Amino acid sequence: MISVKNLRHVYRTANGERLALDGINLEIADGEFLAVIGTNGSGKSTLAKHFNALLKPTAGKVYVDGLDTAAEENLWRVREKVGMVFQNPDNEIVAAIVEDDVAFGPENLGIAPEEIRRRVDLALETVGMTGYRNFSPSKLSGGQKQRIAIAGAVAMRTKIIVFDEPTAMLDPQGRREVLATIKKLHAQGLTAVLITHFMEEAAAAERVAVMAAGKILKVGVPREIFSDVAGMKRLGLDVPAAAELAERLRRRGFKLPEGILTAKELAAILKGK
Amino acid sequence: MIDVKNVSHTYAVGTPFEKTALREISFSVSEGEFLAIAGHTGSGKSTLIQIIAGLINLQSGAVEVDGESVSVQTARRKIGIVFQYPEHQLFEETVAKDIAFGPKNFGLAEAEISKRVEEAMKFVGLELSLKDVSPFELSGGQKRRVAIAGILALKPKYLILDEPTAGLDPKARRNLLAEIKKLHRAGMTIIFVSHSMEDIANLASRVAVLAQGKILFDGEPRELFAQEKILDAAGLLPPPVTQLMLELNRAGLSVDAGAITLDEAEREILRQLK
Repeated sequence: MISVKNLRHVYRTANGERLALDGINLEIADGEFLAVIGTNGSGKSTLAKHFNALLKPTAGKVYVDGLDTAAEENLWRVREKVGMVFQNPDNEIVAAIVEDDVAFGPENLGIAPEEIRRRVDLALETVGMTGYRNFSPSKLSGGQKQRIAIAGAVAMRTKIIVFDEPTAMLDPQGRREVLATIKKLHAQGLTAVLITHFMEEAAAAERVAVMAAGKILKVGVPREIFSDVAGMKRLGLDVPAAAELAERLRRRGFKLPEGILTAKELAAILKGK
Repeated sequence: MIDVKNVSHTYAVGTPFEKTALREISFSVSEGEFLAIAGHTGSGKSTLIQIIAGLINLQSGAVEVDGESVSVQTARRKIGIVFQYPEHQLFEETVAKDIAFGPKNFGLAEAEISKRVEEAMKFVGLELSLKDVSPFELSGGQKRRVAIAGILALKPKYLILDEPTAGLDPKARRNLLAEIKKLHRAGMTIIFVSHSMEDIANLASRVAVLAQGKILFDGEPRELFAQEKILDAAGLLPPPVTQLMLELNRAGLSVDAGAITLDEAEREILRQLK
């Protein structure tokens, strides 16, 4: 479990200070799938870096399973619990062969070779890349590379993985692959935190946190968050196409129930009209 | 006009890593056109635009800009290219200096350079008060504008943009797309590389689809989105709105699935329900 209490983060720059996080309170339960959305500069990525102690709070606390991330002696135990996957897989892949890349993290933990073998095999299987184990990562598509980066995190056996815009650089097919992989990992028990600009992806999570100007404005189930079409637009965010279309039809006088999120739901309701 | 004739390109020729990126590509872009190029990662898009911009030497075929080979400097200077994540290329101490870097290298006079810097900043919606600020202190969307302004200050006749909205939030994305539209209306020819079918639907009058180094499709976006086989082969998906309409269709609603924007979808559903 991650627990964030009154977290503030200030970046020091040449021109003075910039407040990036301003009093964040958030709990992420074990096994949860949480999406974090917000405009560029709202503090999403800064928050993500606090989850595995890449940053330390300027004020306030972040606890991972009760471990204070600000305490130097907790650093490695926190990172054994929380893995990260970033936007650009090219910046994360280090080895010339896929399976060497996935093994890189566990090797650094000093784990026995047979155990590494087991972990790598299982991680590649989980992300559906077993067939590519001996490939050079440079031969893979963006979505495949990102799945290798995810396998690297999976092989570390962290109970939580924070995905910081993992699909921003991918084509639609690659985005589908990566989202399906995250859903699968979550179904297997992983705690997943997904930072994204794609509202369709956020809609796949169990809870959505909306950030603006360093604060969490609201947290709720996707249905609740995305039914406020006008509010989301005001924040500079979007809603899934089905939610927006439903809202437009409501404005035209159609009586549609609140909380329509997917094409299937919209279809079922329109069929009854 | 940009004329691409029979262009092929292979990387690492004669090594075990040999890879053919483009196979006999031919097409042309007329003045004032808004052409989108779509295709999945590895389809050859980036190679193609770098060849068009004269950044990769031709192995075979020809690229002509207004009748002149792109290997000639005067032809090459008509083309501006904005790479993916262009903000990674920012390096100067101030916004103004960064934007001025290109024009300076073109050997323009100081007065002309500062005029162009201001024009470019205004065009991309950057406040002139940001001129002396370090580009590294700006937000992601602002940084990207600085990078684009740096290209606009070169006054290219043809502008190539590679995934210009990747990583931007929905609002920054809408703003940037509106600015690109404005550039096009002001007379600039745009080549817009993207895998966002939504952006392509909203902006482009023509789309070329690349897959395995070949052009699979060249025509109107609307026509493309109706061709699931081509989209599939190219690893693309229709815009979310079109996917939604297809879903409504499958669920038994007799709406025309050809809608490619939310406005069209709304009109179509209203037409059906009335």
